[in-house]
Amino acid sequence: MTELLAVHDLTYQLGNRKLLERISFAAEAGEVLAIVGPNGAGKSTLLRMLSGEEHPTEGSVSIGGQKLASIPQRQLASRRAVMLQNSRVVFPFTAFEVVRLGTEGIGVGLSRRDRDQLALSALANVDAEEFAERNFLTLSGGEQQRVSFARSLAQLAAGRTHISPQILLLDEPIASLDVRHQLALLEHARTLARSGNVLVIVVLHDLTLAHTFADRILVLRKGKLATIATRNEPLSRDLIEEIFEVSIAAEHCHGTPWRPLDSAHKAGALGENQMPRAVLSI
Amino acid sequence: MHQIPQVAYRRSIVLMALCVLLVLIAVAAISLGSISIAPKRVFEVLFGMEPSGQIDFARDALVITQIRLPRLILGAAVGAALAASGAVMQGLFRNPLADPGLIGVSSGAGFAAAVAIVLGGRFLPDAATKLPFAFLPMAAFVGALMSTLILYVVASRGGRTSMAIMLLAGIAFAALAGAGTGWLAYISDDRQLRDLTFWSMGSLGGATWSKVAVVVPMVLPTLIAVPFLARGLNAMALGEAEAFHLGISVDRLKTGAILLVSIAVGAAVACSGLIGFVGIIVPHLLRLSVGANYRFLLPASALLGASLLVGADICARTIVAPSELPIGIITATFGAPFFIWLLLRRGPEFAV
Repeated sequence: MTELLAVHDLTYQLGNRKLLERISFAAEAGEVLAIVGPNGAGKSTLLRMLSGEEHPTEGSVSIGGQKLASIPQRQLASRRAVMLQNSRVVFPFTAFEVVRLGTEGIGVGLSRRDRDQLALSALANVDAEEFAERNFLTLSGGEQQRVSFARSLAQLAAGRTHISPQILLLDEPIASLDVRHQLALLEHARTLARSGNVLVIVVLHDLTLAHTFADRILVLRKGKLATIATRNEPLSRDLIEEIFEVSIAAEHCHGTPWRPLDSAHKAGALGENQMPRAVLSI
Repeated sequence: MHQIPQVAYRRSIVLMALCVLLVLIAVAAISLGSISIAPKRVFEVLFGMEPSGQIDFARDALVITQIRLPRLILGAAVGAALAASGAVMQGLFRNPLADPGLIGVSSGAGFAAAVAIVLGGRFLPDAATKLPFAFLPMAAFVGALMSTLILYVVASRGGRTSMAIMLLAGIAFAALAGAGTGWLAYISDDRQLRDLTFWSMGSLGGATWSKVAVVVPMVLPTLIAVPFLARGLNAMALGEAEAFHLGISVDRLKTGAILLVSIAVGAAVACSGLIGFVGIIVPHLLRLSVGANYRFLLPASALLGASLLVGADICARTIVAPSELPIGIITATFGAPFFIWLLLRRGPEFAV
């Protein structure tokens, strides 16, 4: 059986700079895969390769055994949804219209009413029904982010009538969210994956949340795949210190292997030669 | 279950109201003018009904069929083309300030028109006299398409067209074309200068069936094709990358939209000169009332643009009758303050 997503020897070069170098991995539906790494490690670039927005200079990305570049655009849109870091909408579209856009032209046998309903349930799923009729531009950053997540949910729901399993790509989806909605969004993504028909790939900065919600963690450093951590083999303290250039005070806690980070050290309190410190619960 | 938003119903009401408005303005356009004709007679002539009175019937019929009807159709076609194209350009450039002139159509047409007016008489005395009405529009149309083509080539690289580059190149190109027009104005004589000035303010004067026969076939394909761009333009409002993720062929959308707009606006500018403001005011006016969804915005823009231009033309030829004002003056004089008033009373939810 072919994997849902297979990345083979992917290299992406822009001018003389290699943004990504010889990256290979494969993933199946049912899984949550986190991508972590320092700024500029190539996380978003990798996501753009996976979404088909950019093509690798060398190597390949395949979905369901088919080369990404050869998948017809509408089929691809049914197959995978993408949520980018910040959606910059121009013109006064309502939140409902933004989500409804996710369903248009995707899927088979859907009536206009069906698409309306898909958009509304997606809004309900992110706890955003109340601002369905509001101008997207007047929403707060966090509300906009939830609406954008709803749009990718609606796209998957519409695409499911056409093709399955599917892929959901999320680029720092929780950057503007409050704690409750951070957890709710990631929980929703995980539930979607657990349904067995969706592969979720999410770029995260919060290592603790990555460990809490992801089955595997891809660690990127300077465009290369440094390691892949799993539930059974979490990131080691040394590796985190080496890659992120911070000193870690790892704290073991009973039961759950990872729990939300306790920000014991403020960035402002750093001395000249002192490394930033973070506390990870492991 | 959840409630489906009710906006759709309001939109169909607005669309119907715009249709009614266009019909009313069309009737007014035919009946008003230096000779005023009763609306009843307008219908009698248009639908070949039994005339209720014989007085001046033949004269009125001639005025209607040979002067006012072609002018009405031309005005409606030009207005619809400018407004719908404005909406398309704003969506394509993701910029509320975009207007149809942005892709170089106006600057190219303006420069070509100046060349035709100033140099046409010098180097091609035959062309200028033998083809008095066709020469200038033809030059303007060719100028419009050429400049769009140049900008498109500049902005495209490796199969992708950068809207930002096109915008910047368009500004540079407009400056160059403006300078060229300035040089020509400098060497022109008084009559040419007057022609140039009036052309740049726009007019529907001299509308004939032969002009209609040239312009309508160029505008109509755009008006028919434009609704098919709606989904793509809606998706573009989220961003080019998002539009791609939603399954839109972004580069095909750009090429198609630019081609359609340059042909329609090129034809409109060629036969009626530079009529400003319709392309930018109409889409925003509608966004304020029916929202940003292109599925409604495009047909509504075409309808309102047609009404607005025909209405402006009524003013242009009645205010100083039997003489005529350039229509561009009318659209800007009434359009600009109205638009500012609209911005002043915008609701708290309005943001662009």
